[in-house]
Amino acid sequence: MVENRPLLTLAAHLVLIGGLVLVVFPVWLAFVASTHGPAAFMAAPVPLLPGPDLVKNYGALIASGVSTSGAPPIGLMLWNSLAMALMISIGKIAISVPSAFAIVYFRFPFRMLAFWAIFITLMLPVEVRIVPTFKVVADLGMLNSYAGLAVPLIASATATFLFRQFFLTVPDELMEAARVDGAGPMKFFRDILLPLSRTNIAALFVILFIYGWNQYIWPLLITTDPGYYTIVMGIKRMVDVADARPQWHLVMATAILAMLPPVVVVVAMQRLFVRGLVETEK
Amino acid sequence: MAEVLLKDVRKTYGGDVEAVKGVSLDIADGEFLVLVGPSGCGKSTLLRMVAGLETITSGTVSIGGRVVNRLEPAERDIAMVFQNYALYPHMSVRQNLAYGLKNRGTPRDEIARRVKKAAGILDIASLLDRKPRQLSGGQRQRVAMGRAIVREPAAFLFDEPLSNLDAKLRVQMRAEIRRLQRALGTTSLYVTHDQLEAMTLADRIVVLNGGVIEQVGSPMEVYERPASLFVASFIGSPAMNLIPLASAGEGGAIKGFANGAAPAGLTPASVLGVRPEDMRLAGTEPQADGVRFAFAVTTVEAVGAESYVHGRLADGGADIAVRVPGYHRAEHGTELVALAPHDKLHFFAGEGGVRIPLS
Amino acid sequence: MQTKRAIFASRVLPYWLLAPQLAVTLVFFLWPAAQAVRQSFLREDAFGLKTSFVWLENYTRLFHDPNYLNSLKVTVVFAASVTLLSVALGLLFALAVDRMIASSRLYTTLLVWPYAVAPAVAGVLWWFMFNPTLGVIPYVLEGLGYDWNHLLSPTDAMILVVAASTWKQISYNFLFFVAGLQAIPRALGEAAAIDGAGPVKRFFSITFPLLSPTTFFLMVVNTVYAMFDTFPVIHATTEGNPAQSTNILVYKVYVDGFLGLNLGSSAAQSVVLMAIVIALTVIQFRYIERRVEY
Repeated sequence: MVENRPLLTLAAHLVLIGGLVLVVFPVWLAFVASTHGPAAFMAAPVPLLPGPDLVKNYGALIASGVSTSGAPPIGLMLWNSLAMALMISIGKIAISVPSAFAIVYFRFPFRMLAFWAIFITLMLPVEVRIVPTFKVVADLGMLNSYAGLAVPLIASATATFLFRQFFLTVPDELMEAARVDGAGPMKFFRDILLPLSRTNIAALFVILFIYGWNQYIWPLLITTDPGYYTIVMGIKRMVDVADARPQWHLVMATAILAMLPPVVVVVAMQRLFVRGLVETEK
Repeated sequence: MAEVLLKDVRKTYGGDVEAVKGVSLDIADGEFLVLVGPSGCGKSTLLRMVAGLETITSGTVSIGGRVVNRLEPAERDIAMVFQNYALYPHMSVRQNLAYGLKNRGTPRDEIARRVKKAAGILDIASLLDRKPRQLSGGQRQRVAMGRAIVREPAAFLFDEPLSNLDAKLRVQMRAEIRRLQRALGTTSLYVTHDQLEAMTLADRIVVLNGGVIEQVGSPMEVYERPASLFVASFIGSPAMNLIPLASAGEGGAIKGFANGAAPAGLTPASVLGVRPEDMRLAGTEPQADGVRFAFAVTTVEAVGAESYVHGRLADGGADIAVRVPGYHRAEHGTELVALAPHDKLHFFAGEGGVRIPLS
Repeated sequence: MQTKRAIFASRVLPYWLLAPQLAVTLVFFLWPAAQAVRQSFLREDAFGLKTSFVWLENYTRLFHDPNYLNSLKVTVVFAASVTLLSVALGLLFALAVDRMIASSRLYTTLLVWPYAVAPAVAGVLWWFMFNPTLGVIPYVLEGLGYDWNHLLSPTDAMILVVAASTWKQISYNFLFFVAGLQAIPRALGEAAAIDGAGPVKRFFSITFPLLSPTTFFLMVVNTVYAMFDTFPVIHATTEGNPAQSTNILVYKVYVDGFLGLNLGSSAAQSVVLMAIVIALTVIQFRYIERRVEY
């Protein structure tokens, strides 16, 4: 710090503690709610301290799910979420690295057209053109399938753009040295470019995993078979129970389980995550 | 081992920008040829065309008697050392050296043998398992050379390989490259913008300017008989004094050059050149032989073993520098006379700058 | 566009490399987008038997539809609130963390994780917290004499969705500001301190101007986030209610298309949204290219 100002530092601590409270409080409430029985939610206010039913609630969720709410067992939903998140993140990386390679390392007719066709989708979220996209997926018979959950979401320009930016920073001489060393394009790609992109791929994977896990509207629309429900959308189905109060303790336990995997990924791989986030948007 | 022949090689970008305007060169087997010139003169483009990294617009390049215009770099039997070394960052030194051989399908034990030999020659055997980022600049430079050596190519191509090193290391590596090239006897083409590097390394120097060859010759030829005004100003440090004759008329600051061996065909537009190291201060002896330059001191640069006295000619306004052994003291504005022997003078035509030979 | 000095010469290979990406883009992005454009010029009769070409009628109707204009207004209020709040809070926390030496990593870790929470889950958490009959906040507010009910009050509903959407986005802005602050050379602040500038003056004369590229970037990104990515928040909480007070554009597209089955209008709305997104992308892209090429 430039100079020593204890008061200012104290204020900064207070601001941050305020921030932490703001950030943690809603989750704390949810966690507390997930440790109580249904009786705790008959009247306001809801409890602020954990109750005795943590094991019971989560046990029930994992064992049988919330069958009364029409949602499948929690294990299946978690599995579906995992499958979708992995397919989206791996799929995006698998198609964007080669396309970035093509755009950066080759000159060919219609290159600019291809570039713009991809980059026009840079920020075009699925929500914007949801109706026609749904129709395409329905026409292709991909409703209620893993392919339908993942494939329409794997083409986003963000990943291509990240790799394009990264490839542009790789010195030209490296490719020239490889050519002198007798490496053709694919050999250069495999032996040199991919190993150099390792960190970027890992960082992007973290971001994309979260993106995939947190998908909501898309799975909600294209799955009517509970066998394909993901956990994030499953919560909504549980809240929307007809003619009944939501089973708050189980809804909140599900919410906790739904946010746990991505949060763990972010905290455990914070460095990669920050890098991925900041780099993607550069 | 092979000779490299360039025949009327041209490079045009985008239809109208001509970077290399018809260069022909014969590089003999085992010769060390240095391409030197200012940035943008086309020297790197020329080298990269030989390497196969740039397409050749017209003309032919042949290596070892084989026209290579259409061959991939790897098929040309050359090895290249890049300015920033271009080592593969994720591979160990050993893998860096072996990569090209592996791609050509060289047997494993042969690769091991060659890597070991190259590492021995370059004294990098202890570094073989390190990654490039764990090496110093000089060590990276050696590895880059090693990668060229293991290929045992027909020719080495160097693209300003020393310009990323600090001054001291550069001198050391320069000597080492020279020694290595002699020992291996491999034909070498070396690009630099540093005339000192060119002088010390080359068997022959090629001075390029604006995409054309200004002069080809041994270092001493180029130094002693620069073929053009451009070469005269480019080769030698500090640069040759160049004085337009128009500003140094008879009876002015320059005396005694008419009664010497001034060549025929001089015009007022011609330029007189003389190197600082070919001059001395006249001192007290009044009628020493040679051409006399009267000037007023502006600054004195002492570099230790010698000093450079800078000044301005008494009438003409041209700046000159004179080398003086040891330390020389002179106040600003002191009027001095410098002396140069007739046979150390150079003359260049005003138009085009071509050398006018001493008769 | 930036290119490499050295390139590979191959006629067929680049197309193969691009093929998967282009195929998915074509089938799931460009084709549906084209369909939306086509559909926006058509109208189906009530039974879906006959479609007719109606030129720009869907658009003119749209901009004369009070519901749509309301939705437009709601979106502006919503997006502006979320953007300003989350950028301001992100900056505040980043500045505070920037003062810390030993504890900055710990604070960062504790502040970043909401990024990983799904917007839908964030919506559910806040919905629970603000639940009029059970929630903690309405209970406290009642004690203060305010009767919170986002099921009935448009203002309360808007506050709820703004709060939930902001909550999730703070960590994102925080991280970018932290990175931006770290990129400012310490020497600048030190020089200003030697020149006698206090912390507040230093912030406005040095830090904030140097952060302006980051701020601009975050403004655009957050606008996009608030306009489009908050769909789940709305869907999981208010569903556009009460009285359409939280019916933002992207939610209305969905409602009109899937629930109202008014395909022509929904398509026209999609096209308008796409135009907005593309405009924002162009702004963003120019900014990115400029940053990369200097």
